[in-house]
Amino acid sequence: MKKWLPYFIVLLLGLWVLASLRPPATKNGFDYANFGKLPALLNGRIQPLDSVSRNCLLQIRSKPSVRLKNGETLLPSEWLAEVLFNPSKADDREIFVVDHPELLGLLKLGEGKQLVSFNQLRPHFAEIEKQAQRAQQIEPARRTTFEKQVVKLYTGLVVFQKLKNSLYPEEYGSLETAINDLKANLAPGLEAFRAKESNKQFNQDNLNKLVQTLQKWEVASQMAYPGLIPVIELKQGNNQWLSPGEVLNQIIHDESLNFPRPIDAYIAMNVAYQKNDPNGFNKAVADYQQWLATNFPKQFSKSKSESFFNNFAPFAKAREIYLLAFLFACISLFNLTEWLRKSSFNILALAFILHTFGIIYRMTLEGRPPVTNLYSSAVFVGWTIALIGLIVERAYPYGISVLVAAAGGFATQIIAHYLSLTGDTMEVLRAVLDTNFWLATHVVTIALGYGAVYVAGLFAIVYIILGVFTKRLTKEIALLLNRIVYGVMCFAILFSFLGTVLGGIWADQSWGRFWGWDPKENGALIIVLWTAIFLHCRWGKLVSERGLMNLAVFGNIVTTWSWFGVNMLGVGLHSYGFMDTAVFWLILFIASQLVIIGLGSLPLRFWKSHPEHTSNKSPQTV
Amino acid sequence: MWLDKLINALTSIRLTVVCLALAIVLVFLGTLAQVDKGIFIVQKEFFQSIIVISDLRILNHKIPIIFPGGYLIGLILIINLIAVHFKRFGFHPQKIGLLLTHFGILVLLVGQILIDHLHIESSIRLVEGESKNYSESYTRCELAFVKISDADSDTVVSIPESYLYKGNVIRHPQMPYEIRINEYYENSQIERLSAQSNERGAATLGFGASLRVIPLPPVTTTDRRNAPSAIIELIGNNAPKGTWLVSFFIDDGQTFRVGNEQWQMFLRPERYYKPYYITLLDFTHEKYPGTDIPKNFSSRVKLTNPQTKEEREVLIYMNNPLRYGGETYYQGSFDPNDDRVSILQVVKNPAWTTPYIACALVGFGMALHFILKLSAFVKEQKKR
Repeated sequence: MKKWLPYFIVLLLGLWVLASLRPPATKNGFDYANFGKLPALLNGRIQPLDSVSRNCLLQIRSKPSVRLKNGETLLPSEWLAEVLFNPSKADDREIFVVDHPELLGLLKLGEGKQLVSFNQLRPHFAEIEKQAQRAQQIEPARRTTFEKQVVKLYTGLVVFQKLKNSLYPEEYGSLETAINDLKANLAPGLEAFRAKESNKQFNQDNLNKLVQTLQKWEVASQMAYPGLIPVIELKQGNNQWLSPGEVLNQIIHDESLNFPRPIDAYIAMNVAYQKNDPNGFNKAVADYQQWLATNFPKQFSKSKSESFFNNFAPFAKAREIYLLAFLFACISLFNLTEWLRKSSFNILALAFILHTFGIIYRMTLEGRPPVTNLYSSAVFVGWTIALIGLIVERAYPYGISVLVAAAGGFATQIIAHYLSLTGDTMEVLRAVLDTNFWLATHVVTIALGYGAVYVAGLFAIVYIILGVFTKRLTKEIALLLNRIVYGVMCFAILFSFLGTVLGGIWADQSWGRFWGWDPKENGALIIVLWTAIFLHCRWGKLVSERGLMNLAVFGNIVTTWSWFGVNMLGVGLHSYGFMDTAVFWLILFIASQLVIIGLGSLPLRFWKSHPEHTSNKSPQTV
Repeated sequence: MWLDKLINALTSIRLTVVCLALAIVLVFLGTLAQVDKGIFIVQKEFFQSIIVISDLRILNHKIPIIFPGGYLIGLILIINLIAVHFKRFGFHPQKIGLLLTHFGILVLLVGQILIDHLHIESSIRLVEGESKNYSESYTRCELAFVKISDADSDTVVSIPESYLYKGNVIRHPQMPYEIRINEYYENSQIERLSAQSNERGAATLGFGASLRVIPLPPVTTTDRRNAPSAIIELIGNNAPKGTWLVSFFIDDGQTFRVGNEQWQMFLRPERYYKPYYITLLDFTHEKYPGTDIPKNFSSRVKLTNPQTKEEREVLIYMNNPLRYGGETYYQGSFDPNDDRVSILQVVKNPAWTTPYIACALVGFGMALHFILKLSAFVKEQKKR
């Protein structure tokens, strides 16, 4: 029985993962998941409406989902459908989060975290705008928390307002009404206009109506956020993704108003949505998808793939499985049963497979190397830690490496999760970064270096914890950990050095400056210097084994400083991921590492086990 | 006796570790100091110095810092590295990887010191269709006097920034007059005086008669530059009597006559002339659809060198510079107000290859060393 248990557990987990592949349930019959696959242009890239809604929600409420006060949750695409097809109802959804006491006071909202709707905020728009515009004049790094919150709320309101006007001028209430109004006013209005031009008698009323209609569309087209309507430009054959208002600008010269097919598709969805006719809605979506598959196959397939990725969420699943592997490894370390260790190893391998799948999927989706921003660096560093852990566990099956790999994988996925809340994780890359060669060499080697230093640090933590708190730090285990830390450090210095110098060479290729003492460059340099200190101390026998372990733990601080700390300074070329709340966690992490180093420096008599302990015992008793 | 001690100290691995640790502290302090001082001053004070005498602002407290500078630490490391290899290592086939690694580090360190001293950065701003045979310094300025003549080329006397300080009198054999610097403002702003105001202009002659100078503190960040101004006076029998305002904000040369010679004066970024011309044919600035996020910049330029009769077109774009005549031309930036303007960054750096060589040496050396060690370890494991 116990022989099969490790495989059985993994099989169960595997089934759990596979179960999420089936299409999500419809809501009241509406197939929002399918609606979420429709492509649109936002932030310079084609993405599914599912991503559009997630990215907008992140800007509005820093969470990619909508949980209402009554505990009900809206799917991201469900919320987007409501915003586009029934904006007046969306105005009453309590989606804006206000929790800063001064901001709550300013808006007279009572105390504690409040969820409020667009309509509830409506009376305060002027005040919010005034405060936000003042705060926006200040450099982001120098804003107070109140100013940051005001800017955040204001940005959220603007995004929401833009989204509502992306399909048609909001006041019409539906795309069909808006288009019908336009069609009704166009011919008489144009007639009046022509008559006026040729100095004949004309109907001023008709002309005014047309002008007013066009003004509404003009405002909407300027506000529009995602480009929902794909259009093939006749002249150049390029395709463009526009809002209906922008489409109108292109076809207004032709009186027959030949709107492209996608507009009809959105009208059909809108009508069915408002009639609460799920079948009609689902059919309109499916019909439009069929049209997309023949006319915009590339964009549609990319959009479908990304939507699949969003819903499958391999990283989120890997995170949970890593946690499970960690728990199993912890128990196996003390229980010492082989089936527990083996189970933990298998669970870890499953998490790693999911993790790897996620990375490769993202790479093909983006057409990029694995690391393109801070978020993907966290995912990749975690992958490196898990990989090294798996390899070491294969060579030395003590369960310790599973512990290290699972802890690293879990922690980095948590970090990645919080980083993903700061915005689109597949954002387009600015000119200098738009080079797969340097992203694949410099960025990847640096991330491998980070991962290796953390692995060494984690093994050193295990050494200290085992020694101080348990009887498990035998001569054999101590020697093993010492060797692993050393080997991984060698790996770390090689990659950190190469990554750092390759970064310099990239800078030389793009600016003619190999080294500029930029904070991020300095951070990388500190890692290289630190690993060099570790290795020279070991080669020169300058410090004891425990001292080396403390040095390795300090490596965690050094790497974290370089990875996140320098970004918080808000200066230099690399300050791309400015994070406020993270400062607290950074300090907490550094403190925790210092505590561990403190434990590691305790005199041996406070250690429960240590190889030197036993050998020293006899002289002490003499 | 003391010599032995010194040699022992210089060849000790302890010294290496101490230097590395000091380097970490220095780099860390230098990073923190950038928040307040900006990258440019920190480079000079912390990394390109023997001793750092500076201060650090933490939570509004100024903390004085006295610490070994980048050059001192680097120099000791270089000596330590060389000494260790002579004294301890000798040559051993097992240590070839280590030797290569350390040699690479040496190349890197020496290369950096060379780069600090030999590297000159400047820029060329070109409108489409424009040709230039000079680039302009980012940081330094010059006071230029140009004798206008009918000949093909004008005589230019350029006075470097180091001569521009209050009270200095400058003579030059080609100038039939002397120049006295009455005021020099490293960074400044100028304003037009209103017609009603009774205030007197900054100078008595030229544009300065109707302008006021506002001195500003020098800039600390690399993305902005100082805009100097100066009040000068010409001294000579035939020179016009009075003071002149020269400034970065006055683009047009101010003309004056001395005897029958006509001269113009400019205060402008220091120019580096080249024996060839760069002409901007076309500048493109690609953006991601529906956004203002830049996707690529590229400049198609024509390179004309009358000496070598070279004439060819080159495309310079992001991460893809042109290397020519000992200089490298990068797509630097653009003018947000004029989409026909390309700004090329020009770097003269004779030591630019050192990091490439160092990277190859260290990468190869470390990989070799660790593979040798690992295979020895695996063999030993197998024996057991």
